[in-house]
Amino acid sequence: MVDLITPPPAIIDVDHDGDEGHDEHHGATGILKWMTSTDHKVIGLSYTVTSVVMLIIGGLFAEIIRAQLASPNGTLVSLAQYNELFTMHGSVMIYLFAGPFAFGGLANIIVPIQIGAPDMAFPRLNALSYWLYLMGSITMLMGFFTAGGAANFGWVAYAPLSNSINTPGAGADLWIGGLLLTGFSAIFTGVNLTATIFYLRAPGMTMFRMPIFTWNMLVTAILILLAFPVLTAGLIMLYCDRHFGTHIFSVAGGGVPVLWQHIFWFWGHPEVYILALPFFGMATEIIAVFSKKPVFGYKSMVFATLSIGALSLGVWAHHMFTTGVVLLPFFSFMSLMIAVPTGIKIFNWIGTMWRGELWFSTAMLMALGFLFTFLIGGLTGIYLASPPLDFFTHDTYFVVAHFHSIVMALVLAGMGGLYFWGPKITGYLLNEKFGRIQFWFLFIGTQVFTFPQYILGLDGMPRRIAMYPHSPQWKTLNDWSTFGAILVGISMIVFVVNVGYSWKKYPCGDNPWDAQTLEWFTTSPPPHHNFYRLPQIRSERPTWDYNHPEHRSLAHGTGGTGTHHEPPLANAIVGALEHDQDHDA
Amino acid sequence: MRVEAKLLLGLGAFFGVMAVVYWNWGHENAGGVMMFAGMLLCLVPGSYYYWWSRRMKARPEDDPNATQGEGAGVVGSFPGSSIFPFTLGMGAFFVVLALVFGIWFLVPGLGLAAWALLGATAEGRRGGHV
Repeated sequence: MVDLITPPPAIIDVDHDGDEGHDEHHGATGILKWMTSTDHKVIGLSYTVTSVVMLIIGGLFAEIIRAQLASPNGTLVSLAQYNELFTMHGSVMIYLFAGPFAFGGLANIIVPIQIGAPDMAFPRLNALSYWLYLMGSITMLMGFFTAGGAANFGWVAYAPLSNSINTPGAGADLWIGGLLLTGFSAIFTGVNLTATIFYLRAPGMTMFRMPIFTWNMLVTAILILLAFPVLTAGLIMLYCDRHFGTHIFSVAGGGVPVLWQHIFWFWGHPEVYILALPFFGMATEIIAVFSKKPVFGYKSMVFATLSIGALSLGVWAHHMFTTGVVLLPFFSFMSLMIAVPTGIKIFNWIGTMWRGELWFSTAMLMALGFLFTFLIGGLTGIYLASPPLDFFTHDTYFVVAHFHSIVMALVLAGMGGLYFWGPKITGYLLNEKFGRIQFWFLFIGTQVFTFPQYILGLDGMPRRIAMYPHSPQWKTLNDWSTFGAILVGISMIVFVVNVGYSWKKYPCGDNPWDAQTLEWFTTSPPPHHNFYRLPQIRSERPTWDYNHPEHRSLAHGTGGTGTHHEPPLANAIVGALEHDQDHDA
Repeated sequence: MRVEAKLLLGLGAFFGVMAVVYWNWGHENAGGVMMFAGMLLCLVPGSYYYWWSRRMKARPEDDPNATQGEGAGVVGSFPGSSIFPFTLGMGAFFVVLALVFGIWFLVPGLGLAAWALLGATAEGRRGGHV
């Protein structure tokens, strides 16, 4: 197996014109390095840190909201402040945390390394993405410092509530402006990821040997390119309606308010998958590594991701069932169809763990927590795809609980991603004991805060209200929900403490998890341009093949031989079944 | 290149079918137009990739039996570090603030953007370390 070591891979041209002997590695340091770097790892780390800060800010808003709802006539915040808080909680979490954390943060760092690329395809565009994201986040949050307060029309900004008469003031405009900036940042990242994955793969890294995380990021990037321009266009129309006297979304001037909902959700539903798919990818990688097995049903996983991406463009109006002007059967059918590829994924995750050598590290616990929480969120989503049930639960806490199950599952997977890839990025492990404590607080807190909300929703409690009628049952359920939110808040404190406690304490080496994909072949943290050398790539898990030549993967897509390669697990299961049957006989 | 092309063409075809079904069934213009545009966004680059994939040899990254040596060579020429993304980002920030706080913000905004444009172009011509 010695022939696996090969000469260094392609490097980006180092043009020595003018500045001979001036080595970039010893160039700018500190804040200047942070401001001028075009290295995808530095940018990705900036993205990750910024988005975790946004998670904490958005989480603080959530804690205030839950504290307000702990009693029926809460007086912690005024009604106007409550509107600002739930608007900015949603906006920060969706626009500034979940997406950027995944496609700007972890994907930015991991995807080029997973496919053996020296950097992203457009390094300076990548840096621009980060600056647009950071300035967009600041712009949106600046609303709190204006006289009229931050935006308060809900994170969906429905017309006509969002027009200049119903929502005057700078906060709403800052929201629009911040979203324009972060929208462009997302589009640029989408371009960058697509170009990187299409053009900068290492030799032998065919499309069907890419790790599932990279596949998911490719589909995410394509969805970004399909969806985000629509939102940007819609925001410009909204701004024109507010300030230039157009009447695109106002009935008075002959416009159509529902058009905003069409435009918003045509972005908004693919956005849900833009949020979710990267975290599916993280969970897939984590589950495979900590089961010591290849991903079960690799190709079905890829095609499931692709079909989720394809279907996601045809389901937007399931958010609009109660408007009465959408094609109910079409959208109901398409939404229910999404359950099929998602179900395939769930079974593949279980299949990956089946008879594996499970290692319940923090990352694996987080991934399992993701699986459980996501299953609950996904199943309640199937209810909501049915128009009669949606008419009943629309705009109640049932919907709130449904998508908080989903997004808290994503937070679990994202935390798993940090515990899993953090060592690769920084070179140091996080403390496992604190990690477990964090997991249990996060996991139990999530269930405790969402379950009462399902019941409240079925009981008819509307969302976005700061006060609710006196009723012992509603009070108790809301108290439980608040208690769960506090547990989630404690889990974030544990995480921050863990980062501080483990700071440069546990050096991890190149491959602490005995992992499978290419990023674990290089050093931690990876050098400039990521690789000193690359192994021969003959399957979707080249590092595993290199480290365990006796258990090498069957090659995917080697072609030419005409044989169809079953994943090893399928053989194992079939073998095991035959073995059992022999015993029975 | 072949797989990339098929991927985009497949998505485009699916969006096309969906657009036709949706428009003929619901007669709702906004969604029909957006799905049609989504189809084009996949078909245009997809057919370009397909056109090229028929005219070029398989790249090392498309060859399942490639060795790492085949990938050696120059990928591109980029400046190693650059202040201009930051400059352009700040320019865009000020342009957006002009939408909110007053038109005078365009002066620093467009100024920074122009500086970034000129600077980045000059830097790109100069090349340098990555």
